[in-house]
Amino acid sequence: MFTNFFYTLKNYGLPVSLNEWQSLLEALEAGLAGSSLIGFYYLGRAMLVKTEAHYDRYDMAFAAFFKDIETPEGLPEKIWEWLNKELPELEVTDEMRRNHRQLDLDELKRMLDERLAEQNEEHHGGNRWVGTGGTSPFGHSGYHPGGIRIGGMGRNHSAVKVAGMRRFQEFRTDETLGVRQFQVALRKLRQFTTRLDGARTELDLDATIDKTCDNAGRLELIWNRPRENAIKVLLLMDAGGSMVSYSRLCNQLFTAVNRANHFKDLKVFYFHNCIYDWLYHEPQCNLNNYTPTEHILNTLSSDYRLIIVGDASMAIYELMRVGGVVDWDLYNDRPGIEWLNRLRRKFEYSVWLNPVPKQYWTWTDGAYTINKISEVFPMEELTVDGLDRAIKSLKNRQAAM
Amino acid sequence: MSASIKAYRGSSGYIVSDELSNSVNIAIALKKPLLIKGEPGTGKTMLAQSIAESLNMDLIIWNIKSTTKAQEGLYVYDTVQRLYDSQFGDGDVANIKKYIKLGKLGESFTAPRQVVLLIDEIDKADLEFPNDLLWELDQMSFYIPETKETITAEQRPIVIITSNAEKELPDAFLRRCIFHYIAFPDPDTMESIISVHHPKLERKLLDQAMETFYLLRNVADIQKKPSTSELIDWLQALVVGGINPSRIKKELPFLGVLLKKNEDLDTLLQQMQGKGNTKNPGVLGRFR
Repeated sequence: MFTNFFYTLKNYGLPVSLNEWQSLLEALEAGLAGSSLIGFYYLGRAMLVKTEAHYDRYDMAFAAFFKDIETPEGLPEKIWEWLNKELPELEVTDEMRRNHRQLDLDELKRMLDERLAEQNEEHHGGNRWVGTGGTSPFGHSGYHPGGIRIGGMGRNHSAVKVAGMRRFQEFRTDETLGVRQFQVALRKLRQFTTRLDGARTELDLDATIDKTCDNAGRLELIWNRPRENAIKVLLLMDAGGSMVSYSRLCNQLFTAVNRANHFKDLKVFYFHNCIYDWLYHEPQCNLNNYTPTEHILNTLSSDYRLIIVGDASMAIYELMRVGGVVDWDLYNDRPGIEWLNRLRRKFEYSVWLNPVPKQYWTWTDGAYTINKISEVFPMEELTVDGLDRAIKSLKNRQAAM
Repeated sequence: MSASIKAYRGSSGYIVSDELSNSVNIAIALKKPLLIKGEPGTGKTMLAQSIAESLNMDLIIWNIKSTTKAQEGLYVYDTVQRLYDSQFGDGDVANIKKYIKLGKLGESFTAPRQVVLLIDEIDKADLEFPNDLLWELDQMSFYIPETKETITAEQRPIVIITSNAEKELPDAFLRRCIFHYIAFPDPDTMESIISVHHPKLERKLLDQAMETFYLLRNVADIQKKPSTSELIDWLQALVVGGINPSRIKKELPFLGVLLKKNEDLDTLLQQMQGKGNTKNPGVLGRFR
């Protein structure tokens, strides 16, 4: 019956698997939805949606699929008040079941209108009036095999309405790439130490056995150094205005790099549009807090992997001219391109990641500078595949042109 | 069937939304782990305590750290101890069982009564960690090759897993969980949460503090937004400090309780003064 809902969810881009769907059906069988639409809404969300980023899609799919089902609204406020009183559960007997024939919906609606016209006080129990308990077809907490439930559980929260509120919109991300995927890509950058340095913390079983045998059975423990990643990374990120639209993507990459605790060393700096004399410690590019690029060039060894993230889109003078720096109160003696060339010559393992999709590179605003910079650095687009290729190229030394 | 389902409805010290208690009950009924995500300070860890308390079960907490390995949760075989013992003839070395120490997961499987197992901050561990536990959480059993024993849970523990969303969890793992995201409480819910912790709070103080708190949360660019637990601490500080409610919004006393990062304090001060630029002309002079 709900199979179409499954496909609706899929159409809205929710990665629902058949396993989860089956568990949902089992849960429905077990009565976990409480036979109400709102119950079904929460049950489905708990079982099918596994990240808050997808809550919004679920809400939209749910609202689209169940939009025609509405719980009656627009009833006088007073009736809600009558219905709001709690009652103990009603015992249902076979006799009661027999006494009630199934009413069709139109007939019920008509009867409800009549009752509403006649009724002018609260009723709880009984079999005719709108109220809680009892066996009247109208109201809640009562028993009637085909009545209209008015209020009670789920009141004010028609499931469709809850879904329609789309409270989780802000969590929505276009999740073409997740942090995790980036991390998996970054993992490929592992290169293990030759065990030359580090503390000896790992028990070397073979050597221990050998040594103990040599000692005629007196135990001697041999410890080894654990293998660690020896990769060192220098990450330079553009924090300029044109990068704002990619900030989410860059954040994901940054998070992934930062969480990747398998690097031996990770240095992160920021720059504004192009790299000049200063590399900032914060994305705000504050001149209170920077390291001279010269210093980086002089102190870091050339086996650092250099990853530059930026859209490479800027005015031509920013890249090519002396004094082209975009910040009003700064002045550069060397053009940006010269700094880029110096970095490239120093760090032979280097790559430029561009969040601008590759298909735009030839005609977008910064096409000229993108082209100029990709002559200096191997450039890849900032996607999982691009990162994959970038990591591969980082493994091999590439002489500067 | 419905009679056998233990229904969780929150406990005295913990306010739970209908949504959340619903998810908890679904997880209990379906015998699946419940994965709880949410901003720090929304009471993810407290939830497990509350479930244990209200269902009258023992709580076993497995705190995950960046170095935690899945194996440690099952059991640890202390080979080195055994080797030493054999060397010096202490105890019965032939009895391997003596050197098998069950981890938290193993403990929860072998407990005589059903327990609540909290796997706290699973995202702290290595990327592959959740994958390594798939089978054990699914089947609630594991095999110890050293003793040729299979440990199987007689009473499937209620498993609560929390994550701070620092890392994405693998899909295969997510498929086996019930998921719930604890949204940040709205002001009404917040008031009822506060009333649990500070039942006798002055109305005016509360209003002022709440208003300021939600104002602070809405300041753009704050990296670590203040959370529920910080608000509760702050209220405590305000009461102890005897702060006049009318001063709260203007002077923001004890701000350090709410904002824990220097950068955030700076951001706030800048925005309050209406200046977005901190560039210091004295430093700039050098570059001209």
